[in-house]
Parts: sequence; C-alpha cells; structure tokens
Amino acid sequence: MELYITEISKYVIALLMALYAYESFAVFRFRDEERRGGIYTRQNLLMLVVHFSCFMAICFETGDITYLFFYIFQQIVLFVTVMLFHMVYPRANRLVVNNMCMLLGVGFVILTRLSYEKAVKQFVIVVCSIALTMVIPFFIHKMKFLKKLTWVYALVGIAALAVVLILGAYTNGSKISYSIGGVTFQPSEFVKIIFVFFVASALHESATFFEVFTTAVVAGIHVVILVISKDLGSALIFFVVYVLMVFVATRNPLYLLAGTTGGSVAAVIAYQAFRHVQVRVQAWRDPWSEIDSTGYQITQSLFAIGSGGWFGMGLFEGTPNSIPFVEADFIFSALAEELGIIFAMCVILICLSSFIMFMSISMKLNDSFYRLIAFGLGVTYIFQVFLTIGGGSKFIPLTGVTLPLVSYGGSSVLTTLIMFAIIEGLCMVKGDEEKEEKYAVRKKRKAKNNRTEERNERKEE
Amino acid sequence: MKEKKSRCPQKKRTNLPIMAVTYLFTAVFVSMMVYICYYSATHKQELINNSYNGRQQVLTAKNIRGTIYAGGGEILAQTVTDEEGKEERNYPYGNLFSHAVGYATHGRAGVEALGNYYLIHSNAPLSEKVANDMSGVKYPGDDVHTTLDVNLQEVAYQALGVYKGAIIVTEPSSGKILAMVSKPDYDPNQIEEIWDSLVEDKESGVLLNRTTQGLYPPGSTFKIVTALEYMRENPDTYQNYGFQCNGSFSDGADRINCYHGQSHGSVNFARAFAKSCNASFANIGVELDKGEFQDTLDDLLFNQELPLELSYNKSRIEVYDDSPNKDMMQIAIGQGTTGMTPVHLNMITNAIANDGVLMKPYVIDFVENSMGSVVKQFSPSSEKRLISSEEAAALKGLMRGVVEEGTASRLKGLSYTAAGKTGSAEYNTVKGDSHAWFTGFAPVDDPKISVTIIIEGAGSGGDFAVPIAKRIFDAYFQE
Repeated sequence: MELYITEISKYVIALLMALYAYESFAVFRFRDEERRGGIYTRQNLLMLVVHFSCFMAICFETGDITYLFFYIFQQIVLFVTVMLFHMVYPRANRLVVNNMCMLLGVGFVILTRLSYEKAVKQFVIVVCSIALTMVIPFFIHKMKFLKKLTWVYALVGIAALAVVLILGAYTNGSKISYSIGGVTFQPSEFVKIIFVFFVASALHESATFFEVFTTAVVAGIHVVILVISKDLGSALIFFVVYVLMVFVATRNPLYLLAGTTGGSVAAVIAYQAFRHVQVRVQAWRDPWSEIDSTGYQITQSLFAIGSGGWFGMGLFEGTPNSIPFVEADFIFSALAEELGIIFAMCVILICLSSFIMFMSISMKLNDSFYRLIAFGLGVTYIFQVFLTIGGGSKFIPLTGVTLPLVSYGGSSVLTTLIMFAIIEGLCMVKGDEEKEEKYAVRKKRKAKNNRTEERNERKEE
Repeated sequence: MKEKKSRCPQKKRTNLPIMAVTYLFTAVFVSMMVYICYYSATHKQELINNSYNGRQQVLTAKNIRGTIYAGGGEILAQTVTDEEGKEERNYPYGNLFSHAVGYATHGRAGVEALGNYYLIHSNAPLSEKVANDMSGVKYPGDDVHTTLDVNLQEVAYQALGVYKGAIIVTEPSSGKILAMVSKPDYDPNQIEEIWDSLVEDKESGVLLNRTTQGLYPPGSTFKIVTALEYMRENPDTYQNYGFQCNGSFSDGADRINCYHGQSHGSVNFARAFAKSCNASFANIGVELDKGEFQDTLDDLLFNQELPLELSYNKSRIEVYDDSPNKDMMQIAIGQGTTGMTPVHLNMITNAIANDGVLMKPYVIDFVENSMGSVVKQFSPSSEKRLISSEEAAALKGLMRGVVEEGTASRLKGLSYTAAGKTGSAEYNTVKGDSHAWFTGFAPVDDPKISVTIIIEGAGSGGDFAVPIAKRIFDAYFQE
C-alpha cells in the first residue's frame, strides 16, 4: 500500500511542480499585476499541494507521523508570509513572494529528509528572518538618504570582510565565518547586499570614468580579500555583479569588454598563483582520476544527479547523504536524486523566473539608484544560483556556494530573504513613481486647460 | 517640462543593457539545463556502475540480482537464495563461460559488468513488488539475455584444449558475439576462494580476457592491412605486382625470412597473400607511403578506441613519417612492436565480410523484467564504414585465395565456402616460437559467421588455428 502511494506521489509531485514552474512564466504574458491575480492564486494552491504531497511521501516512507506536525508549522508560516505580504504591502509583487515561499518549502522538504535536526534549526532561522524582513520594504520605501551613504557602504563592507580574514574560523579550508556569542555569521553573504548599495549609490548620478575608477578600486579590495580568504565563489559573485552594474550604469559595452578581459587575466593569474584554484579546476576537468581525493565531492554529486532519473528515487529512497556538505553546497544534487530531474529543472526555472521578475521591476523604475539596486540584487541572486548548480553538475568548476533559500545556512537564507524584501520595497517605490507620473500628467493637463481657459477669457475680453 | 519629454525615448534605450543581461543569463541557464538533462540521461549506467557509488549497495539490498541467459534460453548465471536468506551467485556452466559472463564479486567482469545496471534494477510490476513487500522478499532484478551460443562456446572451448589463447565468434551482419573463449580460465563459482591466488599470480593472467584485452603481434594476419594499403596506393596496378621469392628479403643489413625459410618462387600479389610470403610483403612494406599508411591505420581503428562496451585494450602500432625501412619491413608482416587484440582483428574481418561496414559488436540482446516483458532491446547498429565496398570485395577475394591455394587449405572443398587469413606470429625470435592465428568467415558469398583464433605458442596458424576454425564452422553449419 505504501509503495503505491510513494510511487504515485513521485509523478504527482513532478507534475504539480511543472505546473507551478509553468505558471511562474505565464505571469510574464500580462503587463499589469492586477491581471495576474488568477495565476498567483493557482500558484498558491500548487505550492500547498506540492508541499503537502512531499510530506505525505515522507510520512509513508518513514512510517513516522511526527513529520506531519513539522509540516503543519511550515505550512502555516509559508501561508502567513504570503498573506501578510499581500495585506501589508498590497503593491508588492506577488510572484516574488510566491517563488520565495515555494523555494523555502522545497528547502524544508529536502532538509527534513537529509537531517531533521538541521531542518528544524533552519525553520527557526527562517521564521525569525521573515519576521525581520517584513519591515524592510517599508524602510526601503521611506529612507531616501540610502542614496547618499556611498562611502559608509564601502567601509562597512571592507571592514566586515577584513575582520573575517583576520579573526575568522576556517570552514572547509576557507575563512568565511566568525562567531559572536555562539552564533556563527558568514559576513560575505551580507556584504553582497551592502556592495550592491555601494555601487548603485556611487554610480547613480553620474557614471564617468572617474566614478568607475574609484568604485573599481573598492570592488577590487573586496574581491582580493575574498580570494585571500579562499572564498572563491563570493569573489566571483562580487566581480561579476560589479562589472554588470557598471555596464548598466554607463550603458557602455566597452566597460563590459574591459571587465571580461580584466577578469580573464585575473583568473589566469589566480590559477597560476593559488594552489587551491588549480585543484578546483583540475577536479572539474577530470574528477574521475582524483575520485578519492579532490574529485570526491563532485563525483558523488554526479552519482546523485545521475541516479534519480526523470522522476527521482523518491524521498528517503536514495543516498544523497553520501555527498559531503550536501545540505549546503549540493542541495540541488539531493533534489535531483530523490525528487527527479524534472523537479530539479523546475527549481531552476523558478529561480530564473524570480530573476526575470527582478529585471522587469528594475526596468520599470525611473530612479537610477533604485534601478541599479534591483538590477544588482537580481544578478547577485541568479549568479549564485548558477555557481552552485553549475558547480554541482560539473557544468563549471566547483566554487562552493549555497542555493539561495533552499540550502541549509542561516546567513545565506537571511541574506536572500532581505534581498527579496528589498525588491518588494522597490515595487513600492515604483508605485510612487507611477503615482507621481499620473499626478504630473494630470497637473500638466490641468495647466493646459487653465491656459486655454485663460486664453479664451482673454479672447472674450 | 523639457526633462519630462526627453525621458520617454531615453528610457527605452537605457533598458537595453538590462535586457541584454537578462537574455544572457536566460541563455546560460537554458544551456545548463540541457546539459544536466543530457548528462544524467546518457551517463546513468556509467555512474551507477562506478565502484565509488554507494547506490549499488542500496539497489542490491532491495533487489535480487537478475539472471543471465544464453541465446537459446540456457541459464548462464543466477542468484540462488538459501533458506537462511543468504544469496549465492551460481554459474551452471562453470569454467566454460568464465570470461564471457565474468563474475560479480570482487569487482565485475564480462556480462556481469556490462549488464550490471539492468541486473541490479527491478522493473517488476508494482503489484508484484507490493506482494514481495508483504512477504518480506526482495524484488526480482531484471534478466539479461545474451547473444551467446552454448553449442559454439563448447566447441570453441574444447578445441582450444589445454593451450592458452583466445577465440571469438561473431555474426558479421549484426555484430552479435556468439562465443568468446579465453584461456587460462577459472571457475566463477569458486571466485571467492580463488580470488587471492588469482590476483597474486601475475604470470599467467588468468583474469585477463584475452579476446578483448590480450595484445598480440598480429603476424601474417596483418598482411590484410598491408595488402589494403598497397591496393589503395596502386589501385590500377597492384594486380601486376610480381616478386621472386628465394625465402628472404634484405634491405641493407636487415633481413626478413619467410616462415621456416621456405622460398615461394615467383609470386604475384594474390599468391604472395595466399602463401603468406614474408619476403614479398617486406618488399611492399618499404615502398609504402607512411602518411597514407597512417590514414589507413586510423580508418581501421589502430591506436584508437574500439566500439566495444566490454573492457578492452587499444591496439597499438607505431608508424611514423620517418620510420626506417627496418621497422617498416617488420610492421608490414605484423611483427615488431605492433600489438593487436583478437577482437579488433575480428572487427576488421567482419567489415570485410560485411561489404566494408563494421557492425558494433554486442553481447546483450535484450533485458526482461520478472514477468517476461522486454525492458530494453538492443539492436544491431552499424558503427562505421571501415573500407569501401570495392576494397572489401578485393580483400575477400584475396582471403578466398588463402583457403583455395594457400595456408588455410584445410578449409577447402567443404559443404560451405570459407575465406580467411592465417598467421604465425613469432614472439621469440631466437627459438622461432610462434602464436598460431586464424581469422576468417563463411560462407564467402553471404557471410553468416566469422571466427578469430589465437593459440599461444602452438606453431603455425595453418596447422593449429585453421583446424579449430573448421570445427567451429562445422558445428555452426550443422545446426
């Protein structure tokens, strides 16, 4: 009996997930948020069913009904998040909230399967983070002085990274975290946001060669500190975000060319100079010959991706725990193994859909500061997704970053939730701009009417 | 007011970079998704068979390893569960199929390795799985049906006798492997007990499947390749070739002797091939264009990966642009540093028999689930054209000559027609010891079966390998 349910649930979950992924792109057919209402409601329903089916499968597979209680708590939190955002910020983009909650739900499912203890810990962190981030859209909307803090951002960012470099603890060979009162922080995660604010505030008024040069120096310091800390993934993210933001701010493709060339030269130098870069590249080119040392992680990840097939082995049916750090860096491989390639592809599509929505919001903003913020955060997000999934599947060399919202890791999930909340704040800014525009148009029309009236009056005189 | 007006057109232009970045990432993600789907679909088996992949243990804990069958339905390997639930792999034919079917403990070999993915997976119907769950029995793994023919395997096995060596029997038109014998061999039922001694024994190489992994000097069988190259370089005039053989050929201080110093007198091209005249072929060897020769060797898969899923060694040959005559004389008659596997020689033979086209050799015919419905069917696939159809016809004629008036005359005047080439590969120049080779096919007009035989240290191919070929052909055509 259990077998029938677990077998059938595999297909049901994949199908529902595919429907959700479809809806998250169907949204872009309509330009107005109002006309997308039906889609969003369907998405909410699908989220509920996918989440529920996954936990039903877990309960049947393990025979442990206590998972159901955990599920109910998760469902409540996700439901409340969706509702609250909608009520508190009616102008907020609902696709962003839906995708955010869907990815959190997927994360809860797979983390529960990998390690119940870690899943509970993650759940607590997510609840606190959501509570914290609920106020962010309001502040982004109201605090106009954020544009002027250019050098504060630069100093805070560099200081935070430098502190880790000097005082930080080594995790898996990289210095990326330090602890305050028992809580471990990974500052490079938060600095990503600060860095985007820095570049946006520095370049939003004018982006001449002088500004580009000074920001390049600051960006360079960030990247160098991260490379020395052996946090190559983050270094790469900062670099790519910087180059693309400069390209958008200046609208000059030459900077893109210069950035790519500079980046390639830097990559070659880094490859020559650092042993750990060579090891990573070697393990990417041919992990099979180093299968019990440097190639171990990536080959275990490939085993997981290759074993699931289109519909997966089923939750608790595979052995994703054989991949070291599966719950952080290789969560995607665990998803592919147990929930199948189709499900995993849908997760990628949801991430992509969020990114496209970020870009769409960015394009609609008139104020170039906010516009750059939306763009920068979007690129930060999607590039990180690319690094982790591409690295885990041997598409690109492994850099060891998390899959935002899905992976285990407090700093990572809090940072991503803040990013999503900032985007919602920007939606409100956009609302203001639209209102202003309408107001301006009305005023113009009024002025015009007045003038014609005046003229008429004068004529009459 | 002016500012407001100029903003609208400007807005369109400023969106361009963001649009570009959006499209860029979308394109990157689409290619990554295609890559992941493609990779996971095409590398499934390879990944599951890797010994570092712990998922094999998960599957074997869940499913009973499937059965391996011969083409006629005979059981070649099965898993027997005793009353205590202990599983044991049983091979009813013992040594007979040791290298073909292989073993499944201490690593894997043969069909046990090739079909491992299917054997450890279960496609049993859901209802049967549910019933098994209820009664606490493991699921039945899928069964692998091979192309192997028990009768031919027995004949080949007996014919090789106590000699070390290898025999491969295939169907040229499809690439089906009908028999595969390699000696020395072992009893796969005893693999647990004898494993350590087999691994320690580095001398005899019992675990080596000589048909696919044994690298031998091809000896005179290589004259097929030399002859092909000569015909390619002299398409219109090779028929006019003439040579006066007095038992040896010299180039400066270097000298090539015919087998046992026999002199063949005046020979033309066909007769030089039929009689396997070393002097004549050494003479051809020094005339060959080395660049073109390298191209021909590439066409015939020398120094290259073979289209074969069993584990094998690549054949190696060293022809360089500046190879001296001394080396070319040796290479032309299949001596020197050249090393070739029997399966590779069989592939070339099959291409000649099959109008120049090589069919990919395969040993797994189809896979069935416990209810007998086919899970996966393997069908013949043409790998590639090795030689042109005219070249295949010409080589066929030459090989027919070997039977009619040459070294394989023991195959003459039978109920079927045969063609082939013998070889006596010297591996000990001092003593003149040689491996006996034969590769050939029958019937000539419509080849149904091809054999490649090597007997280590037996003597001449004509005396030792050809009679074995005859026994195999006889057995095949009697059926």
